[in-house]
Amino acid sequence: MSKELIRLRNIRMAFDDEVVLNDLNLYINDKEFLTLLGPSGCGKTTTLRIIGGFTTPVSGDVLFDGVRINDVPPYRRQINTVFQKYALFPHMNVFENVAFGLRIPKVEEQRDENGKVVSRRKVKLSEQEIQDRVMEMLETVSLKGFENRKPDALSGGQQQRVAIARALVNRPKVLLLDEPLGALDLKLRKDMQLELKKIQQQVGITFIYVTHDQEEALTMSDTIVVMDKGRIQQIGTPEDIYNEPKNAFVADFIGESNIIDGVMVRDKLVKMYGKEFPCLDGGFAENEPVDVVIRPEDIDIVPVDQGQLVGTVTSVTFKGMQYDIIVDFRGFKWLIQTTDHSPVGARIGVKIDPDGFHIMKKSQYSGMFGDYSSYSDEYDELSDVDAVDEDEGAEEERREEGYAE
Amino acid sequence: MKKNGILSRAFLAILFLFLYAPIFVLIAFSFNDSKSNAVWGGFTFDWYVQLFQNRTVLGALQTTLLVSVLATLIATVVGTAAAIGFSSMKRRPRSLFLTVNNIPLTNADIITGVSMMLLFVFAGQALADFSGWLNNTQLAENANLWFDFSFSLGFVTLLIAHITFDIPYVIVSVLPKLRQLDPNLAEAALDLGATRLQAFWKVVLPELVPGIVNGMLIAFTMSIDDFVISYFTAGSQASTLSMVVYSMVRRRVSPEINALSTLMFVAVLILLVVINLRQARQEERRKRQALRS
Repeated sequence: MSKELIRLRNIRMAFDDEVVLNDLNLYINDKEFLTLLGPSGCGKTTTLRIIGGFTTPVSGDVLFDGVRINDVPPYRRQINTVFQKYALFPHMNVFENVAFGLRIPKVEEQRDENGKVVSRRKVKLSEQEIQDRVMEMLETVSLKGFENRKPDALSGGQQQRVAIARALVNRPKVLLLDEPLGALDLKLRKDMQLELKKIQQQVGITFIYVTHDQEEALTMSDTIVVMDKGRIQQIGTPEDIYNEPKNAFVADFIGESNIIDGVMVRDKLVKMYGKEFPCLDGGFAENEPVDVVIRPEDIDIVPVDQGQLVGTVTSVTFKGMQYDIIVDFRGFKWLIQTTDHSPVGARIGVKIDPDGFHIMKKSQYSGMFGDYSSYSDEYDELSDVDAVDEDEGAEEERREEGYAE
Repeated sequence: MKKNGILSRAFLAILFLFLYAPIFVLIAFSFNDSKSNAVWGGFTFDWYVQLFQNRTVLGALQTTLLVSVLATLIATVVGTAAAIGFSSMKRRPRSLFLTVNNIPLTNADIITGVSMMLLFVFAGQALADFSGWLNNTQLAENANLWFDFSFSLGFVTLLIAHITFDIPYVIVSVLPKLRQLDPNLAEAALDLGATRLQAFWKVVLPELVPGIVNGMLIAFTMSIDDFVISYFTAGSQASTLSMVVYSMVRRRVSPEINALSTLMFVAVLILLVVINLRQARQEERRKRQALRS
C-alpha cells in the first residue's frame, strides 16, 4: 500500500549471555499502525528500544528510509517515543513539557550527492511558532486549558495525553509507544485505544505500538507482529492473525482456542478423535499430523444424538454476553462459548461447521497450548492487571546493574 | 497502655532537662552583668558588644565563614558528581564505594583530624625535600630559578580538610534523589532531541536540586561548628570560631565565650530547623505523588 520506512535486518540482541532477539527481520511501512504483541520477555520492548536508538543491537542493521542508523543517537532520529510511565518532566508545566523538543535548536545538515555533510546550521524556532505549535498540539489531544498545570496535578489519562503531545509536536516520522495504556483503568483504556487510532489517522505517521494485550492489538493495528522468545511468530493483519494463526502459540495468544491433535486425511478432510470432519483447509501431505484450531464461538451445542462429538460439561461460568463452558472430550477439555446454559455434568453433543476448523502445521509449540484443564488459573493470570511485566522487570534489572549506556 | 502516662512524661522531661540545661545556662549567663559564671548580676548585652569589638573573634568569624562557604560549594559540586557516578555503577562496585563513603561519616573526628594533619605534614615535608633537590640540580642553577613547593598547615589545609569531610554528607543526600529518579526521564529528553549534556542540565539536575540543597545545608552546618578536625589541620596561622572559644576557655573563662557560643548555637539551630522542614516537606510531597499514581 505504501512505501517501506523502517527495516530491521538480522537483528540479534543479547544481554550478557541471555539472547533477547534472535535473527529478527521486520519491515515497517510508512503511515502504518504496527503492533508488537507478545508475552512478557518476548523481546518486544527491546525491539522498540532498538528502533528508538536507546539500545544498540549486537549485530544486524537498522535501516530508516534506506539509511543505516545503528549508530545514530536518539536525538538525531526522526522518531519520538511515548514511554510506559510517560516520563513527563515533573518540574515543568504541561506547556513546557510539550515545548521541550521545540526549544532545542535543531542542527540542519546539507549533504552533497555522496552523503557528505557540506554545511551545518542551527535552526531555532521563534517563541511565537513554539506557542502556536504547542497550543495546536494540546488541542489535538484535548488538553487546552491545562498548559499551566504541573504533571503531578493531572490524572493518568491526562498525563498520557501530554506524553503523546510532547512526542508528536516534533512532527516525527514515527511514534513509538511502549505499553502506553498499561497504567490506565479498563474504561479509560478502551477510550484511549480509539483515540490513539484517531490521532494516528489525523497526523498520518507511523505508529509502532508495544503491548501484551491482544485485544488492544486487534482493535488498533493495521499490522500485528506476534513475538515470543525473541522471535517473530507471525506477521499479519488482525483478521489474518485471528483467523489463520500460524502455530499453536499464536492461536493460543490471540483470543481463545481449542487446539487438538489431528491428522489431515486429505484436502478438506481432517481426522480427530478417530472421526473425520469436513473442513476448508488444504495443501497438506496425505495423513500429515496437524494441530486443529477450533475457536470457542464456532462450536454449536446440539442434542447428543445429533452431535459430531459427545462430551461432559465440567464447569460453567456466566460472562454476561455468553456462558463459558468447559467440556471434557475424552480427557481433553474444550472451551465453548454459547448463549445456551448447560448444567455441570450434562452430556452434550457438539457440531462444528467446516469453516470453524483452522488447520496448522505442527510446530515447537504443538501440545503446549489449547487444553482448558487449567482454564480458571489461566483466566486469573490474564485478568491480573498488576502482574509485573517481566520484560520491563528484566530491563529495569539491567539498568540497576548499570547496563544503561 | 496509656499514651501519656505520668512516668513517660517525667522521663521525657528529665531527658530534655539533661540535654538542654547546659545550653540554657550558657545562654542565660551570656546576658549576665557580672564576670562570674555562678552569680546572677542583672541583664546586659555588654558581652555581645565586647565580642564584636574583639579582633580575634572577628578574624575567626571571617575564617569560619570563608572556609564553610568555600568547602560547602566545592563539596557540593564534587559530591553531586560522585553520587551520579555511583548511581550508574554496577551493583557490586557501587556498594563497595558507598561503604568507603560512609566510613568518614561514622569515623571519630579526632582520627580524621590527626590522620589529615599527618598527611599534610608529610606532604609538606616531601614537597620541601623535592624543592631542595630541584634547587640543587644543574637546571635550576643555570636558569637561576628557586623552587619552593613546601607548605605548612594553614588556611588551605583547613579548607581541604573541610571539603573532605563535607563530601560524604552531600553524596548521602543526593543519592536517594537519584534512586527516585525515573530512568526514562533522561531517555525522554534524548528522544526529544536533547544531547546527553542538555538532558542532564534541563531534566536530570532540576530533579536532584532538593537533594543537593539538603546536602549543601548539612555540609555547611558540619563545617561551621567543626572543632576537632579544624584544630588539627589549621596549624597556627588560621583559626575558626570554635578554636577561638577553645583557646579563650584555656586562658580564663570569660562571659564573652558564653555570648559567642550562644550565637553559634543559634546559627546551627536555625540551619537544622531549615533542613528538617525541607526534608519533611519533600517527604510529604513524595507521599502525595505516590498516592496519586
